[in-house]
Amino acid sequence: MAEQGWDEFEIGAMLRSFNGEAKDVALTLQEDRDYSSNNSFTASVADWRIKKPVFNKDYCIDCQFCWVYCPDISIISRDKKMIGIDMDHCKGCGICVEVCPTNPKSLLMYSEQTDEEQALAAWPSKDEGEK
Amino acid sequence: MGEVKKIKNLKEFSTSADRFEGANLLCPGCAHSIIVREVLNATNDDLILASSTGCLEVCTAVYPYTSWDASWIHIGFENGSTAVAGAEAMYQALKKKGRLKQPDRSTKFVAFGGDGASYDIGFQWISGCMERGHDMMYIVLDNEVYANTGGQRSSATPIGASATTSPAGRKSYGEKKNKKDMVAIMAAHNIPYSAQVAPNKWKDMVKKIQHGLNVEGPVFINAMSPCTTEWKFDPKDTMMISDLATDSLVFPLYEIIDGHELNITYRPKHKVPVEEYLAAQGRFKHLFKAEYKHMIKEWQDRVDATWESLQRREEARV
Ligand SMILES: Cc1ncc(C[n+]2csc(CCOP(=O)(O)OP(=O)(O)O)c2C)c(N)n1
Ligand code: SF4
Ligand code: SF4
Ligand code: SF4
Ligand SMILES: [Mg+2]
Repeated sequence: MAEQGWDEFEIGAMLRSFNGEAKDVALTLQEDRDYSSNNSFTASVADWRIKKPVFNKDYCIDCQFCWVYCPDISIISRDKKMIGIDMDHCKGCGICVEVCPTNPKSLLMYSEQTDEEQALAAWPSKDEGEK
Repeated sequence: MGEVKKIKNLKEFSTSADRFEGANLLCPGCAHSIIVREVLNATNDDLILASSTGCLEVCTAVYPYTSWDASWIHIGFENGSTAVAGAEAMYQALKKKGRLKQPDRSTKFVAFGGDGASYDIGFQWISGCMERGHDMMYIVLDNEVYANTGGQRSSATPIGASATTSPAGRKSYGEKKNKKDMVAIMAAHNIPYSAQVAPNKWKDMVKKIQHGLNVEGPVFINAMSPCTTEWKFDPKDTMMISDLATDSLVFPLYEIIDGHELNITYRPKHKVPVEEYLAAQGRFKHLFKAEYKHMIKEWQDRVDATWESLQRREEARV
């Protein structure tokens, strides 16, 4: 379907977000949904990023500021815990890093090529100066 | 009426299952999606949604993709409001005839439109929806400009902002007219609820959206939506700009019940000078030149006057 040409569009198209019947979507987590290939969830914008956020759970206090202010539904929180970043949908805006209140921050921006293990190993320590 | 979703704190809010998806094509750092997430996550009710043409619509329905996990329709620029009003009227008719397929489910009707679509192009359509009393909510994503077509001024563009059709230069400080007071105009339809919200104040937002969804009749919400592209700030700073907007009282947060009872819902502990809000955005950069600097004082005076008037109206309850 993604391969369709410009003149093969269905006029007045109706797209289904899910395969088959979708019940209680608001109570069904992403991993339990049967997304259709028309749902942008199945697409990726990873190649938009120049920088990427890296998450260091050692300092995280699960405040969920990053979750609520991420524009791209890319902070994965389950059972009130921040557990990771959805790298297919993160556009690298950096908002999550800005709103993270810990010292040192639990999220930091690195260039897209940076090795995550290395970033975590060289994580800055507590900033004693002005915050 | 559905059961109001329990959202005591942010941790509880974060257990929501989003019904708005990533890999939409909104700019990195766009506040439109932060607002949409807060609105949709405020409820577990079934949702019938519409969007007017604009960034939100264009970027979330890029064939063959949709970013919406609820029923969503787009028709044109001017008629996000009537698209949903039509669906609502149909729903009420089927309900009356006992022909709803799932009569026990709680269903809410919400339309989103940009400021261009709402303050200007779709103005009379929204007015019609409010006046006819549809059981629906209309939400403006107010980024104070026609962002999707390249930053033309709208009647929501504030004075002194440089927009592509009101550019600042040697002979002009940019937009000449002050922003239209859309919340007041909508409240004047004597609708049960109208309010102004901002994405940084998520709790205030959730409270107002929940109230609005559960009230019977038309509801109007003006949501401040900082636009990284047209306001000209770094995408990482969307929440910082939002904080400056609410804490300088450039965007005061309040609600109006039944068209007259005004409540201020946020009073900043530390009021920030308007100058700081202006200085953080490229669209106001020229105001800091010697010849336009008087505008900054005028801005502060105007914001102070509006705040004073809101407080008086809150006291007077008229
Ligand atoms: C009747 C009509 N006129 C003009 C357009 C072109 N157009 C599409 S989006 C847009 C700007 C939308 O601005 P706004 O409503 O403020 O939403 P934003 O993109 O800023 O979120 C315009 C002018 C259109 N689609 N239809
Ligand atoms: S960088 Fe932006 S898109 Fe990516 S997780 Fe952080 S807030 Fe979300
Ligand atoms: S903002 Fe920082 S501390 Fe809070 S949940 Fe996110 S990563 Fe953890
Ligand atoms: S131009 Fe502005 S409103 Fe439009 S997608 Fe970009 S940031 Fe969002
Ligand atoms: Mg706009």
